[in-house]
Amino acid sequence: MSVLDRPAFEAAPEAVPKIRLEHLGKTFAVRGGESFAALDDIGLDVADGEFLVVVGPSGCGKSTLLDLISGLTKPTSGQVLLDGVPVTGPALDRSVVFQQYALLPWRTAQRNVEFALEARPRLDRLGRRARAERAREHLALVGLTGFEDRFPHELSGGMRQRVAIARALASDPKVLLMDEPFAALDAQTRDGLQEELLRIWQRTGTTVVFITHGIDEAVFLGQRVAVMTSRPGRIKELVDVRLGDRTADEDVRSSPEFAAYRHEVWSLLRDEVTTAARLREVVSVG
Amino acid sequence: MAEIPILHTHEPAGAKSGRGAGVSGATGVSGVSGVSRVSGVSAVSGVAGGVRAGVPRVLAAAASALATLGKRTVAIAAFLVLWEVAPRIGLVDRTFLVPFSEAVKALIELAKNGQLWDNTQASLVRSLAGFGIAIAAGVPLGLLIGWYRPVAEIFGPLLELFRNTAALALLPVFILLLGIGETSKIAIVVYACTWPILLNTVSAVRSVDPVLVKSARSMALSAPRLFAKVILPASVPTIFTGIRLAGSGSILVLIAAEMVGAKAGLGYLVNTSQQNFAIPDMYAAIIAISVIGLAFNQLLVALERRLTRWRPAAGG
Repeated sequence: MSVLDRPAFEAAPEAVPKIRLEHLGKTFAVRGGESFAALDDIGLDVADGEFLVVVGPSGCGKSTLLDLISGLTKPTSGQVLLDGVPVTGPALDRSVVFQQYALLPWRTAQRNVEFALEARPRLDRLGRRARAERAREHLALVGLTGFEDRFPHELSGGMRQRVAIARALASDPKVLLMDEPFAALDAQTRDGLQEELLRIWQRTGTTVVFITHGIDEAVFLGQRVAVMTSRPGRIKELVDVRLGDRTADEDVRSSPEFAAYRHEVWSLLRDEVTTAARLREVVSVG
Repeated sequence: MAEIPILHTHEPAGAKSGRGAGVSGATGVSGVSGVSRVSGVSAVSGVAGGVRAGVPRVLAAAASALATLGKRTVAIAAFLVLWEVAPRIGLVDRTFLVPFSEAVKALIELAKNGQLWDNTQASLVRSLAGFGIAIAAGVPLGLLIGWYRPVAEIFGPLLELFRNTAALALLPVFILLLGIGETSKIAIVVYACTWPILLNTVSAVRSVDPVLVKSARSMALSAPRLFAKVILPASVPTIFTGIRLAGSGSILVLIAAEMVGAKAGLGYLVNTSQQNFAIPDMYAAIIAISVIGLAFNQLLVALERRLTRWRPAAGG
């Protein structure tokens, strides 16, 4: 059975959340023996199949949060639980999509997607043919059939990010972690990819944690939007977004409900942005 | 005028036989009417019409290829003409700078009596052996040093010191330690080739895009696989820059070493020719050296292009 055939949404609420962040904190050492807290006492549950967007002012530790969930960084305090099991390091059950695509420039689109499948330990790795087949399947999922043999430099930014998404999904992860994946794209490409991402999410039922600093993007994509405070990063508030099906024909972005959610998140963020700006000024003066 | 012979080579064999008169009639007229004449003939003899459309395109391609070739060779041609003419009109002393044609004559003579090949072989064996050893040692060592940061920090200053010590300054040391035979000559080539390869490999490994490494780590790739699948392929272009530098360096250093103490080799040939006052032979050997250097470099460039075909054209 292919991942693509999975039901869009697993309805039954589970006792154990997909991801649980428990009193998560991260402190970095800086020059002169001082340290600064990037994240402080983050507590958050993400349900199975949920699309959670984390939004916050720049420098609030959003990316650090994602690094902790992916296991690339170890927390200073607290822990990350995946299906109730503590995360100790990176694994293929959590795929990351980076803002800078991170495609291997010497591999074609097809071979880049296969890369994720080659990462498995030898014993449960797919054969060469099966890997190629699966890569083709996932390139089709992101609408790139016919571009399999293109090198990354022969693709547009939007297409490169599609390849990165296909690669992230090819290893059939439990959780898709996205670190401002559309921030480097132009507005039109970004809108298109947001809709595409929702469509893919509905088809695969993967749990998504999506980091952004864009309020529109957060409201459009998220079932829930977690607003973070500026330094140290904490979860300020969780906003439930009930907008219905975003991929329907009508333009959700111009509806009054969308505007209301947008305003709510904007108001929550405004104080944080001014605080962050003040902090930056202090830093640059001092 | 020049187009007409090219035209003929693209005529199908069937059209050729019944067309002799038409061609001789066309040779006197301009190229354009020549084309129309030929296409008329081929229509008469019932040859497929593809020739008609193909001919101008072939002409255009040939013309642009000629233009490119012309642009690339004009400076060299001018230099050779100057070399030929300057001694003949007495601009320089003909005894010390023989015209290019005489040097070529001497080169052909040296090729005929086997001297050229013997000396070339001696030089090539030495430089390729040294170059090969330098690659075999420099690339793995560079990967190791680049990968382990503490190793790089410890060895960095020493490498800088060695790299900035001119290889030829060490030639007497090599001769003292290894004697005057092949070993010391190969050793000095190894020495000269190792540094560009080693230092480029170290910097190649250290400048791999950190996002690629982070992304591979997020896939839980083991360290050896991360190395084989990300670090190594990402390093190839920079490593190759070092290999190409070493390639030209290998010939450079070797020729100088052969001038000091050798019984064969192109450097030896240049030196003995000068001492025996066989000036044309000396220039012949110099030409051979520069042709070999050029060919070696072209070979490495072609290989590099093949290995880094994935890069955008502007970068290659």
